[in-house]
Formats: sequence, structure tokens, C-alpha cells
Amino acid sequence: MDYIGLDSGSTTTKGVLFADGQLQAKYLVPTAGNPRGAIETVLTHLKADAGDTDYRLITTGYGRKLVEADLVITEITCHGKGAEYLHPGVQYVIDIGGQDCKTISLNGQGNVLDFNMNDRCAAGTGRFVEVMMGTLGEQIQVLDNFVADATPVKINSMCTVFAESEVISLISKGEAREDIALGTLEAIAKRISGQYAKLRPKHGETVLFTGGLSQSQAFSKVLSEHVGAPVDTNPLSQFAGAIGAAQIGMKKLN
Amino acid sequence: MELRTELPEVFADFSEARKQGFLAVKDLKEKGQPVVGVYCTFMPEELVLAGGAVQISLCSTSDETIGDAEEDLPRNLCPLIKASYGFAKMDKCPYFYFSDLVVGETTCDGKTKMYEYMQEFKPTYLMQLPHTRDLEGGKQFWRSEMIRFKEKLENFFGVEITEDKIREAIQLKNRERQAKQDFYRLGQLNPPALSGSEIFQVMYGSQYKFDKAEVIDMLETTTAKVKAEYAAGKRLDSKPRILVTGSPIGGATEKVIRAIEENGGVVVAYENCTVAKAVERLVDENEPDVYQALTDKYMNIGCACISNNNPRKELLSTMIDDYQVDGVVDMVLQNCTPFSVESLQIKRFLNEEKHIPYMYLETDYSTADIEQINTRVTAFLEMLEA
Repeated sequence: MDYIGLDSGSTTTKGVLFADGQLQAKYLVPTAGNPRGAIETVLTHLKADAGDTDYRLITTGYGRKLVEADLVITEITCHGKGAEYLHPGVQYVIDIGGQDCKTISLNGQGNVLDFNMNDRCAAGTGRFVEVMMGTLGEQIQVLDNFVADATPVKINSMCTVFAESEVISLISKGEAREDIALGTLEAIAKRISGQYAKLRPKHGETVLFTGGLSQSQAFSKVLSEHVGAPVDTNPLSQFAGAIGAAQIGMKKLN
Repeated sequence: MELRTELPEVFADFSEARKQGFLAVKDLKEKGQPVVGVYCTFMPEELVLAGGAVQISLCSTSDETIGDAEEDLPRNLCPLIKASYGFAKMDKCPYFYFSDLVVGETTCDGKTKMYEYMQEFKPTYLMQLPHTRDLEGGKQFWRSEMIRFKEKLENFFGVEITEDKIREAIQLKNRERQAKQDFYRLGQLNPPALSGSEIFQVMYGSQYKFDKAEVIDMLETTTAKVKAEYAAGKRLDSKPRILVTGSPIGGATEKVIRAIEENGGVVVAYENCTVAKAVERLVDENEPDVYQALTDKYMNIGCACISNNNPRKELLSTMIDDYQVDGVVDMVLQNCTPFSVESLQIKRFLNEEKHIPYMYLETDYSTADIEQINTRVTAFLEMLEA
């Protein structure tokens, strides 16, 4: 039996295939306003990888109810199990997605003990960074190189719309664009560290950082400074939700 | 309205119930019955009853008039205050319309200041609620407010409120509280006899029945019927058992109850105003000083607007044990400062002393956040089942 974990997120749709308990394949496509289409694209690829083997589908994320699945689990629970797979024994997770930010505490076996979600406001999400980079005329993909030697400028507004106005006025004041970019990372990390503190975490305990923004080493570093703890990432961090979904399926549907 | 006893149709149709409640109050007015409108469970209904008036709860739980309210009040104000004011200002609440006197209370700052505007267009009386339980002076002051309110009722309606009448009203209200308790404590049954929605519908709907003896009778009949069906083997599936606490709940915010029950949980208990918070503790019928008896009762409603709020923790603690609760959802209205600030204390108390999972859920009267609520609540239920 194969297990497909599918995470339908606001910005990207992720899918993984587990065969014989091993991660066999993974796909990521932009959701691009068409979650159903993105899910189908990912499923087509993964089904091809599964070949003739029978499979179970477990869905999570915002679009989790868009397709018929064997099991539907929220992204909180899936990120907990996914984090455990990527970093066994980890107790804290920060997931920064396209339109929300989750902070989760775990029992050391991937089970959720407490969580907080910011899902009402773009501030503190990947979108915030994306919008600010756009305002600076840069692609989010070059973020790390762009801020490599920067000194952060203080950004005061946390609302994405107001922060954009603030960035524009900083540009017109002649502040270096890379300094402004690093300033926005500082601002978002500060906000997220507040949300993280609500978990009342053990000081200095390692945090696993997942979601799209975790690809940025520069941001991981800023985040680590703000939460006062080592921040770990993983090449598969973006797949944490999908991996968790498959892991739960392997346990519950077996 | 007719309190239907056929289960599970008891109070199934809230909009119909409300309409029938409106007709009932119209009837009362036509018979010359004085009516006092209130917004809060701190109001000593015993005094109103002793004065020969009927006390009714005024509209405050839908977003229908929030836009109108925001013409006068700040947007970032608790939706309950905006709705209360909006319904009153737009004259869209028949209960408000039929109230001879509206009695407000200085529970939170937003309400206190809102009443200053309400009194511009309606006879509005304010009971000054002290914000401390720690000082004897606070209790003495609340007792003096009981007497001032009694005198206001006497003057306003031209009646005499004797201590005997108050004593009689205390007994009647205690009987009503007892009948309500006997009903909502059906939530203690495990596996459950009723869904949380059913329990809430009955409790919420019982406010719209104005003949106390009839309410008591209907509640007792309903309770007996549920018990009989339970004894005959009719019960619901076992699911994670949730206690709901926090700001007042009802109307628009019943979306939280639905989210819990549509995603695999069952609400077995409500610590909120409409259910246990103001009903759980009876008035001491043996206290010779009736005003003191009322003071003691109404000082100990576990509302976040008073400091300390130990009565809330004490009631939560008992209820968690009695109802075999698996997890607590703290529903807090957006911009409800007392309950949002208090939430950390409740979380600490529940996690550290009761060792029970807790979730903070902030919402308003809109439907915009239903999917987010579903996701959070489902994640919480998944956490309880892991």
C-alpha cells in the first residue's frame, strides 16, 4: 500500500508519496488561484509514481476538502507529525505559509500540545515578505543574496498595506533597498516571535522552521535571533504538512 | 412561545422562537404588564419580579445593526455592545421597544459609556457594579445599589416592594435556577444524551418565556423526558467532551458550537452567561437580610469584569470534573478586553492545575471566519484524540 499526503496551501500545493514506509516522490506546484487544478496536477504525478500499487490519499491545508480523500486532517496536526519525521523529538514548530503563520508545541513524538494561528492578517506571513520584495522591485527568490550584507532599517508598521507605504517612503528617503528588505524580515520575525512566545516555550529549545519562507537562510537567522533559540530547517521543510499527512495515513489507515 | 418537548425538536427553530417571544411580550404589554429590559445576568431579576414587572433580555447577538451602531460608536468595540446599541437605536428589537425601563450595568467600560448614548432616547437606569470582590466596601456598595434599584423600581412603576415580596421572588427564581440546572446538567451524562446545540437551544429559548411557573414546568418535563429516553437506551456517540467558557455566547456566535459539533466534538457544558455562570449559585433563602442575600449571589457571578475572578475558576474546576470534560474552548468576543486579558490566567489554571487542554478562540458576529474557526477547532479536537 502506498500513501499520498497532499497539502493544498494558499500559495503552493505539495504532495508526497510514501511506498514501503519510504519517501519515494514529492511534487510542488504553485496553487495560483486554482487549488483544485493544482491538486490534480500533483496527484497525476504521484499516481504515475505509484504505478499499479494501490494507494491511500490523505489531504490537509486550506483546500483539503476539495478532493475526495481517505482521510482529511488539519494542517496543524499534519505539521506536528511532519516535523517529527524531519526532526525526531522536536518540540517546537514555526510554520510560515503564504497566508498564515502557525506556532506549535509538540510532545516530542509529533503530537500537538498547543498551537497558535495567525490566519486573519497578511502581516507575519510569507505574503508580507513577498509584497515588500515586490515593492522593492526584487523577486523573493533572490532574498538571501539581496540582504547578505545589509543593515536593517526599522520598519514600524505591521499591517502589510501600511508597511508597503512605509517602505515606499523609506525608498524615497534614499535608504538602501537591501537594508529595507532586511528591515522587513526583522519586523516579521519580531511579530512571529510574539506569537511563538504564547506557547510559553522552554528557553533555548530548538525550533523547526517550516513553510515556504524556511528556504531563506537569512530569514532563519533573523528568526533565531528573535526567538532566542536555534532554528533548524530542512530541505523538505516545505513538505512538512504533506509528509505529516502521509505519516498519519500510514498509522491510521493501515 | 411554546416550549416543545418532542426531542430533538426542542427549540429547533430559533427564528420562530424569537418571533413567538416577540408576540408574547406584545401580549403582556396589551394586558398592562410593566416590562424591564436588561442586557446582563448581573441584574437582580428578583427585585423586578417583586415589583410586579417582567424582566426580558434585550437583543445583542446578531450583526444586523452593527453598521448602524458604528455611526456613533468606534468600530473596534466589542460586537455585543455595538449590537445592543444598534438594535436599540434602530428600534429593531421589539423587546427594547416594549420595555418601559431599560436597566444597564457598569460591567465593562464600553457598555458603561454606551449607555450614556442610549439614555438619550430611552429611559435607561444604570446599576453601578463594583469591580472588586476583595474589599468589603465593594460588597457594601453593591448592597446599596440593590436598594437604590429597588427604590427606582418603586418610584418608576408606583409600586411598593416589600421584603416579603422579594423573599417570594427569591424562592421563585431559585426554583427556576434549579430547573435550569437540572436540565443543563444532563450534559454530565456520558455517553451524551443531548448535543451541545440542543442544550443551548433550550437554555437560550427559555429566556423568551415570561411566565416563570410555565418555564419551570416545561424545563422539568423536558428533563424528565430526556432522562427517560436515556434510561431506555437512547444516547449519542462518545466524542471529545468540550466545555465552552468566555464571553456571552448566543445568536451569531453559536457558530462556535456548530464548529465544535460538526467537526467531531460534543459540547457538554457551558460556563458562559446564558447557561451556568449566573444560574449555578442560588440565592441564600435563609439569609434574613434579603438585600445581603442578593448581594452575595450577584457579587459572585464569575465575570471577567470583576477582579479577582476566582469564582470563574472555581466553577470551571467543578464543571470540568462533573462533566468529565476533555478540553476547554474559551470563546472571546473581539475587543472584549476583560475576557481577552483574563484568558492567560484561565489557560494557566486549566493547563497547570487542571491538566486539561485549552483553546483560545476570538471571534465576532460576522460569518467571515467560519473556515478559520473550523480549522482551529478541528485541530484542537485532533489534538484531544491523539
